[in-house]
Amino acid sequence: MKVSVVITLKKDVLDPQGKVIHQTLDGMGFEGINEIRQGKYFEIDTKENNKIKAEEKVEEMCKKLLANLVIENYKIIGSQ
Amino acid sequence: MNSSVITFPGSNCDRDMDVALKKFGFKNKMVWHNNIELPKSDVVILPGGFSYGDYLRCGSIASKSKIMKSVINFAKGGGKVIGICNGFQILVETGLLPGVLLRNKYLEFICKNVFVKINDQDSLYFRNIEKKTLELHIAHNEGNYFCTKEQFKEINENNQIALFYSDKEGNVNEINNPNGSIKNIAGIFNKEKNILGMMPHPERMIDPALSGEDGSIFFKNLINNLK
Repeated sequence: MKVSVVITLKKDVLDPQGKVIHQTLDGMGFEGINEIRQGKYFEIDTKENNKIKAEEKVEEMCKKLLANLVIENYKIIGSQ
Repeated sequence: MNSSVITFPGSNCDRDMDVALKKFGFKNKMVWHNNIELPKSDVVILPGGFSYGDYLRCGSIASKSKIMKSVINFAKGGGKVIGICNGFQILVETGLLPGVLLRNKYLEFICKNVFVKINDQDSLYFRNIEKKTLELHIAHNEGNYFCTKEQFKEINENNQIALFYSDKEGNVNEINNPNGSIKNIAGIFNKEKNILGMMPHPERMIDPALSGEDGSIFFKNLINNLK
């Protein structure tokens, strides 16, 4: 089973990279952007075929390594 | 006094630290990250550098390496542990120190001399130090100290701030904040104050011909305090 996870910075954490990307897109003429937050995407291919069990394992991975919960949130966005 | 410096793949201040510790009287051992056992040590140093190429988050992979299990046990038992720069990043990733080090506010790698004000002169690491502010070197991309409001409250109440970025006279203000750290924090302790994490490099300031001597003050004081 392949589990996809997105990790993003929490709302009140400054994201200077997102800000610079935002300014650059503004400069390129893309109008109407409110905000850009940069994040990370992981695709975890596991031997576990049970969706619930696989997602539980990935959640544990997020808590222990993939995300730093002081500044980041994780979200499992799909499993197949 | 026995010290141990841990070398991770990508550490690059480990040998400078070895030179500095020996210069001021420590018997130092270099310890590879894949070792399981920590040699008998009065202090363990996690040096600066770019462990594991800063993959995932700075210090995150190194914080899970084999030797770190022993370092964590050592620290939890009251052992003295100092993390400099990347070593500080590793310590926050282990959870031994609160908070996290974010990318510098203005997205620049900063490499320059700064002044730091010693906040707690009664602590083990800075007791009896002859200067209240030290001129040290910083070289980092992720030195912007951040923690949650709850964590900050706790750090403040327990007087866990070790060092502030300041000017030469010890004034702490935004102009002297190089990287955007909360309240100009350059270094912190754990609650028990046996663990110190700091971004500036004292090991780069031990030779008057090359740099400065405020690092010498730090190491001389350290060995005296640990005796």
